[in-house]
Amino acid sequence: MPVDHIIDRYDARREALVQILLDVQKELRWLPRNVLKRVSDRLGVTLREIYNVATFYKHFSLVPQGRHQMSVCVGTACHVRGAQKLLDRVSNVVGIQAGGTSKDERFSLHTVNCVGCCALGPVMTVDGEYLSNPTTEELEKVCETCE
Amino acid sequence: MARLTSLEDLERYRQEVLARRDPKKPCVTICSGTGCRAYKSEKVAHAFQAELEAKGLAGKVDVRRTGCHGFCERGPIVVMLPEETCYLKVKVEDVPELVAETLVGGKVVERLLYRTDAGEGVVHENDIPFYKHQTRLLFHDNLRIDPTNLDDYLAVGGYGALAKALGSMTPEQVVAEVKKSNLRGRGGAGFPAGVKWETTRNSPGDERYVLVNADEGDPGAYMDRSILEGNPHSVLEGFIIGGYAIGARTGYVYVRQEYPLAVENLIGALDDLHEAGLLGENILGTGFSFEILIYRGAGAFVSGESSALMSSIEGKVGEPRPKYIRTSVKGLFDKPSNLNNVETWANVPLIISRGAEWFAGIGTEGSKGTKVFSLVGKVNNTGLVEVPMGMSLRRIVFDIGGGIREGRAFKAVQTGGPSGGVIPESMLDLPVDFDELTKVGSMMGSGGMIVMDDNTCMPDVAKYFLEFLADESCGKCVPCREGVWQMLQILTRMVKGEGREGDVELLEDLSTTVQDASLCALGQSAPNPVLSSIHYFRDEYRAHVEEKRCPALVCKALTSYWVDPDKCIACGLCKKNCPVGAISGEKKQVHVVDQALCTKCDTCFQVCPPKTRAVTKLSGQPVPKPPEDLAVRAAKGKKG
Ligand code: SF4
Ligand code: SF4
Ligand code: FES
Ligand code: FES
Repeated sequence: MPVDHIIDRYDARREALVQILLDVQKELRWLPRNVLKRVSDRLGVTLREIYNVATFYKHFSLVPQGRHQMSVCVGTACHVRGAQKLLDRVSNVVGIQAGGTSKDERFSLHTVNCVGCCALGPVMTVDGEYLSNPTTEELEKVCETCE
Repeated sequence: MARLTSLEDLERYRQEVLARRDPKKPCVTICSGTGCRAYKSEKVAHAFQAELEAKGLAGKVDVRRTGCHGFCERGPIVVMLPEETCYLKVKVEDVPELVAETLVGGKVVERLLYRTDAGEGVVHENDIPFYKHQTRLLFHDNLRIDPTNLDDYLAVGGYGALAKALGSMTPEQVVAEVKKSNLRGRGGAGFPAGVKWETTRNSPGDERYVLVNADEGDPGAYMDRSILEGNPHSVLEGFIIGGYAIGARTGYVYVRQEYPLAVENLIGALDDLHEAGLLGENILGTGFSFEILIYRGAGAFVSGESSALMSSIEGKVGEPRPKYIRTSVKGLFDKPSNLNNVETWANVPLIISRGAEWFAGIGTEGSKGTKVFSLVGKVNNTGLVEVPMGMSLRRIVFDIGGGIREGRAFKAVQTGGPSGGVIPESMLDLPVDFDELTKVGSMMGSGGMIVMDDNTCMPDVAKYFLEFLADESCGKCVPCREGVWQMLQILTRMVKGEGREGDVELLEDLSTTVQDASLCALGQSAPNPVLSSIHYFRDEYRAHVEEKRCPALVCKALTSYWVDPDKCIACGLCKKNCPVGAISGEKKQVHVVDQALCTKCDTCFQVCPPKTRAVTKLSGQPVPKPPEDLAVRAAKGKKG
């Protein structure tokens, strides 16, 4: 199984469950059922408990995600400085709503509560790169670099 | 570096590091915190390296990437040492000039300096108003430290406090010192750290744990991130001291996965510490052994609560559990555990090296030391500010923050994160410390300060916070899960203009139930934003319910756009920009908004020339009918 190397990294310890799922999420961009099954077998944790954890934390996704992740911060500092307008702009440019993934699986768009860069608000991240209140033109440029 | 095996070894090595360094040697420091990185500081750093190389200065000038200075909005920040000339918003194109003028020519480049309102350039960081009124104990060294370089931290006296604690203090004495300093936890409720340390130390059992809470979940606050990224060793030093004092052999750092740079810098720092013999078995030959493990959080606000955080580290759902079992008695893996947040730990080395009395000399009667605030929102200077406890809100917002943006009026400041409260203008002279903030219905929380101007609608703000909390409630307690949701429904209908009589009282009533009957701090404090804003802005709530009016002209359902026929100059901008074609009007004719078509997107309001201001927002009154005679009355260009 492709995830065994991740599980081995944590010696299949039960308490490493969240860390293992984080690494899987990072590598596959979502948590497919067969992978969770494998984690369940190797860690000796019921699948039910794994789904419990996987649905509790915001970072995990149980559906496939786009190759490029866009997150618009709607935390308080960004909210009062026009996060909604930024979100609308991004939505327009990539043609998907918050929480959605484009049909070609190129982009996923999410809202997040604070990315820890509040002085620059409203901010967003594209594959982990921070952008401070980008204009439509800037967004289009960034999109072009995303395959 | 060779493993240091004794306290003397550490001192000797420190002297070696210092002897190798020439304080007069020029050094370009480039802030590489997350804020400045977003402004492409890494490119600026590369440009400096290339330019120095090209000019044959590579060996003569050092380049150092440092952590956050706090003034992130004006980044990338470049400070040239030893003169400490501070340049803001530096771009790659500026680099050749800075090298030629400042480094070679010894002259200041005026255009990149901070400008006062009077237009004067300020050369040194500490003279900039944003910094001048601060007391930077925790942030002081960031300028001198590359967070990936242990030597930099040692050069400013780092790990001296650890050496002092291990070499000349018993664990009990360390606990006593922290108790005497009256250091209170910086993460939330402000519980005295020393008391918690003592309980954990004295709890039965042979194994105990210490933990760093770096799960900074309050939207709008990012001080922990900046400390952790910019000066990780200050946190780790405090943490190791805490491990020694409390009698733990293992420590956990729980850090949000959203902070990759913090994780990276931490991992690097731990490696360096192991290599140096400052972590692991038999630290500095004193017989004390300590290990630190890093856990990443997967995004759940409620997991910042101590028992929830611990169950998250155990690989489970991060839900809180009842408080009658204290984590200091039965915490992580059911062992006595002590959790403090990043900022709290970072204060410990200062207390140990300078003494509890020195620390207790700063701040107010009940709150000692400094506090870092994240000053954000509609304020001119946004960023991280560190001030002694007890400084007034007015000084923080106006002297440091430079007042409200775009010349608007101050309306309120929200402190303490989503479950904090709003503080109105009449309370601006409030000295900010743990107890005063609680007294006025807000709280310190982790130190978020969101400044709001008169364009802010209070029921709308309360609704925003409840949305967040309803989403983050773990759902374990019915009053929190259902109560917060119901409150959200009431606020939602209020801002839609469907508020019913008695809604305000109903909100207050529900608030009490949710406060009393929820298990953890999230539920208990969830009503704070509602209660405090009703308390100070009751009229505004009333207006929404009784007059269907939004006084701040924010709530879309209660606001209409109307062109004032006496002011319109028929410039046509509104018509041209309206995305739905709701505006009609010909040359020299007053323009008219078709209320049935208007989607209230605000575009016309923004594009109407500032001198004209014909587009007007109305609330709580019928929109006047367009005049019979549409001929323009205002003279074009005339000040209206
Ligand atoms: S108060 Fe709310 S968040 Fe806290 S435990 Fe109860 S349901 Fe969960
Ligand atoms: S608010 Fe927007 S939709 Fe309404 S009239 Fe103005 S521009 Fe048109
Ligand atoms: S609130 Fe948006 S980055 Fe913090
Ligand atoms: S990141 Fe550079 S000043 Fe904060």
